[in-house]
Amino acid sequence: MENLIGLLVLVPLLGAGVLLCGGRRLDRAGHWIGTLVAALSFVIGAVLFVGLLGRDGDDRELGATVFSWVPVGGFRADVGFQLDQLSMTFVLLITGVGSLIHLYSVGYMAHDERRRRFFGYLNLFLAAMLLLVLADNYLLLYVGWEGVGLASYLLIGFWQHKPSAATAAKKAFLVNRVGDMGLSIAIMLMFTTFGTFAFGPVLESADRAGEGKLTAIGLMLLLAACGKSAQVPLQSWLGDAMEGPTPVSALIHAATMVTAGVYLITRSGAIFDGAPDAQTAVVTVGAVTLLFGAIVGCAKDDIKKALAGSTMSQIGYMILAAGLGPIGYPFAIMHLVTHGFFKAGLFLGAGSVMHGMNDEVDMRRYGGLRRYMPVTFVTFGLGYLAIIGFPGLSGFFSKDKIIEAAFARGGTEGWILGGTALLGAAITAYYMTRVMLLTFFGEKRWQPDAAGELPHPHESPKVMTIPMIVLAVGSVLAGGLFSVNDAFLKWLEPVTGHEEGHSPVTAVQVTAATLVVLFVGVALAWAQYGRRPVPVTAPRGGLLVRIARRDLLQDDINHIVLVRGGEHLTRSLVYVDHTLVDGVVNGTAAGVGGLSGRMRKLQNGFARSYAVSMFGGAAVLVAATLLMRAV
Amino acid sequence: MNPVNYLYLAALLFTIGAAGVLIRRNAIVIFMCVELMLNACNLAFVTFSRMHGNLDGQIIAFFTMVVAAAEVVVGLAIIVMIFRSRHSASVDDAGLLKL
Repeated sequence: MENLIGLLVLVPLLGAGVLLCGGRRLDRAGHWIGTLVAALSFVIGAVLFVGLLGRDGDDRELGATVFSWVPVGGFRADVGFQLDQLSMTFVLLITGVGSLIHLYSVGYMAHDERRRRFFGYLNLFLAAMLLLVLADNYLLLYVGWEGVGLASYLLIGFWQHKPSAATAAKKAFLVNRVGDMGLSIAIMLMFTTFGTFAFGPVLESADRAGEGKLTAIGLMLLLAACGKSAQVPLQSWLGDAMEGPTPVSALIHAATMVTAGVYLITRSGAIFDGAPDAQTAVVTVGAVTLLFGAIVGCAKDDIKKALAGSTMSQIGYMILAAGLGPIGYPFAIMHLVTHGFFKAGLFLGAGSVMHGMNDEVDMRRYGGLRRYMPVTFVTFGLGYLAIIGFPGLSGFFSKDKIIEAAFARGGTEGWILGGTALLGAAITAYYMTRVMLLTFFGEKRWQPDAAGELPHPHESPKVMTIPMIVLAVGSVLAGGLFSVNDAFLKWLEPVTGHEEGHSPVTAVQVTAATLVVLFVGVALAWAQYGRRPVPVTAPRGGLLVRIARRDLLQDDINHIVLVRGGEHLTRSLVYVDHTLVDGVVNGTAAGVGGLSGRMRKLQNGFARSYAVSMFGGAAVLVAATLLMRAV
Repeated sequence: MNPVNYLYLAALLFTIGAAGVLIRRNAIVIFMCVELMLNACNLAFVTFSRMHGNLDGQIIAFFTMVVAAAEVVVGLAIIVMIFRSRHSASVDDAGLLKL
């Protein structure tokens, strides 16, 4: 069974290699090869899962060292895999949702002449993401971490003929680089502290290291998580990443890659448990992002950007839960999985809508689509109910648990965090209802596209609707299934640990409060977008709306602080270089040059003048000797 | 006769030689003036030898003569070669190596 773990990474990697190096002759079958590869890795994942289920709870950890990667003196880095309940959850999510999205892409990218390449990149992403979650040490995890960054870059910029897509890809790559720096520093710190970076030894001996060191490592890991998971302050790339094809947004920028930060924090739980300050930083980042993304999601008219804001906000929930320690880890992962279902479903629905509307993304130009795209409407609607936390659907179970855990942190902090999470739930209900109403309800506000043609919305082909249906079923059932007998909690407990918090409010009270804010959010959105007709061009809006449309000024702040600051810094450095450093160097050169120019005049070529200087020198010597004698 | 007079003569000869080296342009004349200076030194050495009553000065005079003879051999050869190639023995013309 251990051999299968390596195969899990190898299969999609081979698929990517074949598709990317195979050339034109694979153009006709490339997309099916890619999909088959994804499905095959899902099958391997399922076999492993069944194998794990057959074992005892504490015995569900498989390891396999494939080869020794960098053995240098005391330094040892192995390519080794570790499969436990946490990795298994991710493997199933990645390969399962990944396979569905591969299938969807067959339809979505049908008219793209570079489709084979697209599937190659998708397979590459699968391989890198699986490597990330299966690695048994931080260095190999880093390889996967960079791999998904590369795949994300390639796929965001897939339509590179559009300057906006090319720029968005570069932006995503650069912002991620900042986070990656954090991860590499964290790994170096681990090596100096523990002498190794394998999960086992590091996490077991974490409590023996000083709190200062753990805090430093924790903060660096948090920076890494911020970059990959689009959390404040490194969130600015996610909105622009929507330039990529919609299946990419669904797979990479909603369901899997952006949740890598949550995985990293949960996996490094032992480090954070020993560093309360780092944990506080984590929950702060989560709480801030949760509101940030939600507010941005309310203001965007671009359906994908609204969903991107929502993704940011939902990952904020997960990071918040992960920062709460063992009270929150299982719920962070549970929300991650349910979010993977409903958010991927929502994105695929958005892609289906765009597919039928001549690639229009402005929700103000949709309206009344429920009659034209019934399957999309129903699946999107189920995803919508799941994300806002409608009772009985996935989001209800997972989000409620996080809000409960936030209150359970205790003290003022607990009230602030719980309140923030509740407020976030209200805003979530508001913006998702807005998306729903603008897209599927109301009158038709369709506008002719660039070619002057009115869109003729139609239901997407089966190859696209089937994945949507499967994901919708997942969005409805996953949360409930996970919560039966606390099945998910018991499954993860051996890895993440679990402790019950002492909540000042009871679970029933939390649920009631969640339902009340849910209702308030939906009602507000209905009053604004359901009862009244929606203008096709966005009204100017108040100050907050305008700021939120500009992503709460994230780019402006980055521009002023980082770009301008960097420019000023480099300019002053250049000035210092020109005046001080070059001044000293050039001054020395000029001085020596001038002096030798004058000295050269002595070499005039007249033997007699040389003779004079000789005699003069001799006379001076004699005079000096005599003088010394006299004295 | 007072040996100091010989010293005066030596100083006079040396001065004449030095002045010749500094003033004249013809390499042969400069060369002769150098010889004159060397001989002025010899005279001074011999005089000092007499004044101090030992032979050191006279021995050094022999050394000087040997050196002078060697110098004449090399120097004259160079001057002749320069004259042959440039048809002039003026030291001011020989400035080719100057930058």
